[in-house]
Amino acid sequence: MSTLTRAAAPKPAPAAPKKTSGRVRSASAALWTASPLTYLALIITIVLSIFPIVWSFIVASRDNSAVTAIPPPLTPGPNFFSNAQRVLENSDANFIYGLINSAVVASSVTISVVFFSTLAGFAFAKLRFKGKNALLLVIIMTMMIPTQINIIPLYLLMVKFGWTNTLQAVIVPFLVQGFGVFMIRQYASSAISDELIEAARVDGASTWRTYWSVVLPALRPAAAVLGLLTFMQTWNDFLWPYVVLNGDTPTVQVSLNILATGYYKTDYVQVFTGTALAIVPLLIVFIVFGRQIIGGIMEGSIKA
Amino acid sequence: MTTNVGEISGPRHGRASHQAPDNPPRRSGRFGRFDLKFSPYIFVAPFFLLFAVFGAYPLVYTAVLSLRKNTLTGGDAGFVGFENYTKVLTDQHFWVVLGNTFGLFIVSTVPQLIFALMIASWLNKKMRARTAIRMGVLIPNITSVAAVGIVFGLIFADRYGLANWLIQGVGFDPVEWRNHRWSSWTAIAFMVDWRWTGYNALIYLAAMQAIPKELYESASLDGASALRRFWRITVPLIQPTILFTVIISTIGGMQLFTEPLLFNYGRIQGGSLNEFQTVAMYIYETTFTNNFNVGRGAAISWLLFLIILIFALVNFVLVRRSVKGTTS
Repeated sequence: MSTLTRAAAPKPAPAAPKKTSGRVRSASAALWTASPLTYLALIITIVLSIFPIVWSFIVASRDNSAVTAIPPPLTPGPNFFSNAQRVLENSDANFIYGLINSAVVASSVTISVVFFSTLAGFAFAKLRFKGKNALLLVIIMTMMIPTQINIIPLYLLMVKFGWTNTLQAVIVPFLVQGFGVFMIRQYASSAISDELIEAARVDGASTWRTYWSVVLPALRPAAAVLGLLTFMQTWNDFLWPYVVLNGDTPTVQVSLNILATGYYKTDYVQVFTGTALAIVPLLIVFIVFGRQIIGGIMEGSIKA
Repeated sequence: MTTNVGEISGPRHGRASHQAPDNPPRRSGRFGRFDLKFSPYIFVAPFFLLFAVFGAYPLVYTAVLSLRKNTLTGGDAGFVGFENYTKVLTDQHFWVVLGNTFGLFIVSTVPQLIFALMIASWLNKKMRARTAIRMGVLIPNITSVAAVGIVFGLIFADRYGLANWLIQGVGFDPVEWRNHRWSSWTAIAFMVDWRWTGYNALIYLAAMQAIPKELYESASLDGASALRRFWRITVPLIQPTILFTVIISTIGGMQLFTEPLLFNYGRIQGGSLNEFQTVAMYIYETTFTNNFNVGRGAAISWLLFLIILIFALVNFVLVRRSVKGTTS
């Protein structure tokens, strides 16, 4: 892990190669400094990455003639707020409700996943108990079960509980996550020393107290990454909310689907405005925490 | 909240290798002993309890359901053995959607991983605005899959779509995207790749950064070209990561649902001749529409699970062999 950290912060290039080792140094600099061609390739990549998002905002700021205009418009128009109003007032899509529900659902799931993952991850990394390795293996195996295989019985279970079209249905089944436990366990193994735990014990702290006052603060960076990834994933989840919720209790993705299937022929601008509005919250999260999110994805892959 | 990627890897404790004494320090009192003995179980219990209800139970229940006949009109007609499975396996429809799922997986994953490798090698250089560039590459991945489906649905609209506008601009006939297998697959693969290439590129980048730079420098002094260095050093050394992404893509690709659904404005059948209906869409169509054939839907679910397991295993073996081949 420390190699990765170091590699991520390359030293400045040698300013003026000395005579003796000039050949080696300049060869190295040429290998590792991005050429104009590299920049160009990356800029094209980023333009392709951003374009559909920018374009959805462009269409969202115009009227329906933009959808059929040739050539397609590439500058924003004046109608974004009136379009947004139309989306928010659309009683089929229930968009405001969808946004609020998504915020509630994603926050609840995130808090719960982070809490239970740090709790169990700490136990697996630092506590001694019988059957630890077998239980950890079970957790790793749960990560391989595809969501879709569980959809039918989960739906029947929700019917039995009377939870269809309620927010519990999209929160409670996702309160824990094998990935989170495993990720925190890996982090805690290296980030928390055994002495730290022992010291807390000697001071008379119970296991819970040790977790709350010593371990949890030390796990904060990993917990933050797990929280961000969980929040984004829950916010964007489509299949399960699509199955178990309808327009009365939508998440924002369900509202979006109602807009898309109901208005793609008649009012595409409204569909696009909905899309833009659904992206905004995550864009804000990404702009504020992008660095941590990227770090988390790169770290996670090395450890996996 | 730290703002430094480096700090996410956590502080390195010089003493971390030091083992704690085998006997935990004695705690006085009954609570102390109870605490040491049972707290670990209490800490991991919530995960296992919730997983048992919402993970393990459904998995088993799907298997049970798949052996029963259960429809809207017929109700639960009891145990029928493997009838659901034989019905599915002898139904042409199942093989069509299975073929679609595999086809879409291949046409999306192969270019996706190749582009991701290229982007990662571009990112693996000293450059200005490094974080901003990485964010730019990752941004499609934070966009919701529903939004992607909607936006690309219009980009690939038959009339007035951006894609057809470009195609006509260079002098070709416009494409009816939803009416052919090849065109719908291309459009759907484009959506999938748009969303996932940058993510995979960052994963490859992380692996590339762990390769000692001296390897490249000495190879370069020996006159190895950039392409040769890429194939002989980079690819073999990040092989475990390539495997990881292939397995992840397999699991995701076999479950493809939302992109093809929204590509045709929410129609669960895919195209008019199921040209791009996937197994996941077929499960939904069987279970939640028409006659609500829950038993058969469950059977398809289990088949899909088995296919994912087998296919992941096959990919594992294939990729490991082919990547090893390049080192010899």
